[in-house]
Amino acid sequence: MSVLSNKFSRFTVLFALLFLVGCSTPSIASETESDTTKFNASEVILHHVMDDHVWHFFDGHQGTWFLPIIVYSSERGMDVFSSRNFYNEHHQVVEYNGYKLEHNHIYLADSGKAVLDISITKNVTMLLINAILLLLVFLAVAKAYGKSSGKAPKGIQSFFEPIIVFVRDEIVKPNIGHHYEKYLPYLLTLFFFILFGNFLGLLPGAGNMTGNIAVTLTLAIFTFLITNFSGNKAYWGHIFWTPGVPMALRPIIMLVEVIGIFTKPFSLTIRLFVAITAGHIVLLSLICLAFIFKSVYVGAGASLMVLFISLIELLVAGIQAYVFTLFTSLYIGMATADHEHH
Amino acid sequence: MGAGIGAGLAAIGAGIGIGRIGGSAMEGMARQPEASGKIQGAMLVIAALIEVAALFALVICLMVALS
Repeated sequence: MSVLSNKFSRFTVLFALLFLVGCSTPSIASETESDTTKFNASEVILHHVMDDHVWHFFDGHQGTWFLPIIVYSSERGMDVFSSRNFYNEHHQVVEYNGYKLEHNHIYLADSGKAVLDISITKNVTMLLINAILLLLVFLAVAKAYGKSSGKAPKGIQSFFEPIIVFVRDEIVKPNIGHHYEKYLPYLLTLFFFILFGNFLGLLPGAGNMTGNIAVTLTLAIFTFLITNFSGNKAYWGHIFWTPGVPMALRPIIMLVEVIGIFTKPFSLTIRLFVAITAGHIVLLSLICLAFIFKSVYVGAGASLMVLFISLIELLVAGIQAYVFTLFTSLYIGMATADHEHH
Repeated sequence: MGAGIGAGLAAIGAGIGIGRIGGSAMEGMARQPEASGKIQGAMLVIAALIEVAALFALVICLMVALS
């Protein structure tokens, strides 16, 4: 039987080919470096990991998507314009309309003050793409549940149902106990948002969305708000007046517990940010090796290593989504736990 | 040079931590092969947590080296 005989093996072979090709093509271009200067690997790596006002796909005239810039300042009010205005024909940064762009921050040209920058940057566009993808996928899954109620699941519903059941039965239910239905929609959204965001960030040419500390900080702030607003009397009692501890130690323990309220979301932020960003930096460093040594053989070897490390990054993407959701449900469970009798 | 030493120490720390958890996981799986699925799942998660600590140190070293 030929290997392309049934749909599944055709799909597998096509996916494997695309994956190999996608993972082994270094897609970095540094248009700001001329051919005579040395290749500055750290600049290229940092530029690809950080946020940007333009989305650079490939070199050439049509290769850059100039995202809109939205700034607000008390002197000039709100201004919306395309970031194309910041670059002249020779791809150098110029001033425009009283604003200047320095190291990806926008300042007022005359006074040098910073402006409130709420532009649609590369990471914001990735967030919107992630949101649209989540809506498309899960509205389809929900519709499939409506249509095939009582029957066996098929199609996209059968792909996501084991994952949803895994999140519910292994992460949410054991850690929150009863009342878990109240928090399940948010935790499922959180899990799939981080999962899809991590996977999207690994695609070539994509932005590093979950590796942006503002995004992970926002998710951690949501956890902080949910935990502390659903905290019951036992939770606050444990923080401020810990039972079972000798009286003299209670103020110290209170200080430690109050700091603990803030370190828990902080650790969530840092964990996700560091895991994803460091993974991207490792991948980019390996690709930059080929440019530093300027050799095809180093490039081939580096591409092979990039392939294997990308597989590890896929695993890390899944694990980080699992760990974030697990810790969030742990904290919610600790906050809503019934009072145990000591 | 400090950044290089720091990154190396972070790698040593990660190696030791993940090695210990891997060793305990192997021992547990040898004692009770039926539980190897659960042990493997827990091992992967804990390895990811330890690795994040090492990567945190790596990112700090990178920031020191590049600024």
